[in-house]
Amino acid sequence: MKAGMKLKSAVCDTEVMVIRGSDTVVECGGAPMSAERPAQRGTINPAFADGTKIGKRYVDAAGTIELLCVKAGQGSLAIGGVALMPKEAKPLPSSD
Amino acid sequence: MNISLVLQMAADAEPERIGLVCEGRRWPYQALLRAAQGAAAGFAASGCSHVALLDESSAAAAVALFGAAIAGIPYVPLNYRLADADLAALLKRIAPAYIIGDVERIQRLNPDGGHQARTHAAFIAQAEQADGADAPAAEDDKAIAVQIFTSGTTAAPKAALLRHANLLSYILGTVEFGSAAPDEAVLVSVPPYHVAGIAALLSSVYAMRRILLLPAFEADAWLALAAGERATNAFVVPTMLARIIDRMDAGVPAGLSAMRAIAYGGGRMPLELIDRALQLFPATDFTNAYGLTETSSTIALLGPEEHRAAHRASDPQVRARLGSVGRPLPTVEIEIRDDEGRLLPAGERGEIYVRGEQVSGEYRERSALDANGWFPTRDAGWLDAEGYLFLAGRADDVIVRGGENISPGEIEDVLLSHPAIADAAAVGVPSTQWGETIGIAVVARPNHSLPSEDELRALIKNRLRSSRVPERIAILDALPYNEMGKLLRREVRKLFQGKEIPA
Repeated sequence: MKAGMKLKSAVCDTEVMVIRGSDTVVECGGAPMSAERPAQRGTINPAFADGTKIGKRYVDAAGTIELLCVKAGQGSLAIGGVALMPKEAKPLPSSD
Repeated sequence: MNISLVLQMAADAEPERIGLVCEGRRWPYQALLRAAQGAAAGFAASGCSHVALLDESSAAAAVALFGAAIAGIPYVPLNYRLADADLAALLKRIAPAYIIGDVERIQRLNPDGGHQARTHAAFIAQAEQADGADAPAAEDDKAIAVQIFTSGTTAAPKAALLRHANLLSYILGTVEFGSAAPDEAVLVSVPPYHVAGIAALLSSVYAMRRILLLPAFEADAWLALAAGERATNAFVVPTMLARIIDRMDAGVPAGLSAMRAIAYGGGRMPLELIDRALQLFPATDFTNAYGLTETSSTIALLGPEEHRAAHRASDPQVRARLGSVGRPLPTVEIEIRDDEGRLLPAGERGEIYVRGEQVSGEYRERSALDANGWFPTRDAGWLDAEGYLFLAGRADDVIVRGGENISPGEIEDVLLSHPAIADAAAVGVPSTQWGETIGIAVVARPNHSLPSEDELRALIKNRLRSSRVPERIAILDALPYNEMGKLLRREVRKLFQGKEIPA
């Protein structure tokens, strides 16, 4: 994976765009995500079923990976079994 | 990456929510997306190299912007106010194009360009009929999303290129998705061919803030739309704000109780005008945005709290920040450099350089980025100790008198402090002795008489230095501005042309 790339869940509707990070396997609902959705949808691991929210950003603890959810789904995101956390928004005043 | 993602996400999150209001029609996000997908199918089938708009603002501007993005074809909004000869030159540069707008003019000015022209009503009707549903958007970070011809206030228009990655990183870096409350509505009155018009569409759709599109700015229409739709946000250039306040002063009814935030930019905001606006709208948040076409819009901003702090302040340094454009966005870097490209410390005036993912700095003909990705803006300015950015005109406007660099702004500020002067411009005038010397053009305030030439010279000499004293003075009824409120200095220079000052 690399910045700008889209990743799709193998087990739900979730799609994310990579904002930051590379060469890492991201999981959704317990299964690895990839650029193409598999022909057959797998089943969600109940331990990773909190869901993703459209427009939310998700980061790892080290802050090296940042993903933007562009399509919501039932699975939740993780790397190596460690759940990613939603990132706190720091809103700027609208300038347009 | 594709900027159509912005609309796709909004349509996915809340398909039925109203995203755009124009000419009496209310567009849900889903309907906008369907029309953009239909338009994309038409653009792709046309075989044209560009999609252009030659029209006032309307829903067609949004449908064409997103539709061109989905089709992977550059979108080129053209300035319909250009003179025929200038417009004809631009039409040749984008041929063959799919053009929405003034069909008769396109055919008359560039008959053999191979253009496919439609009125905006015909375009919308076709886009809504075409079935482009769920066609995948072209995915190429490097693809050109938008091409904007610069206004060419100093030279021939350049074709500035904004790639999908530039625009999308600006939006993702500055706007939180769906962050607008359901009642929020932004009044957009900037022309569609200006980068602020593009940024307004993208930011507002991503924030899911309903867009109230005014086809062309006119103060009474602006006030009526703001009141009728209970606008909560607006973006204006300083001349628009001045005209709105003038009309309110003249008794035009204004229902601006819902207006929470006004952002402004695109030209120099007179201190007196922003002071007046802060008094007139005490409950409204003001944000000053500074950006360029080549930087995908805003790169620095002065936020509402900073406005209020400066407005209240007695400390002259804090008070002065009302005249600044604020601090750089967290996602961009700004530096001030001298003529040799050396970094200058805080407080020293030089050229503004900017770097960041949203910065394209690229034209059809060449890239202006240096080896390390920095874009020389050709704007002059300085940073204060706290990192606030102050603008000092275009670098090309600097007057070089006997080897000394003089910024027109310092002379103009002194002139504008005089109660009888409404507007002022300082320009370089060719001089045999000095290379350049100073010419000023001044405009009297209504019902005031201007000071004499000697008094004007004394005012500048006492406040600045003798090298700043103008050799030539012109008195005008009004200074020449373009429709975005940019002073046309080349027109002011013409006043003094052919009258070289002898040694």
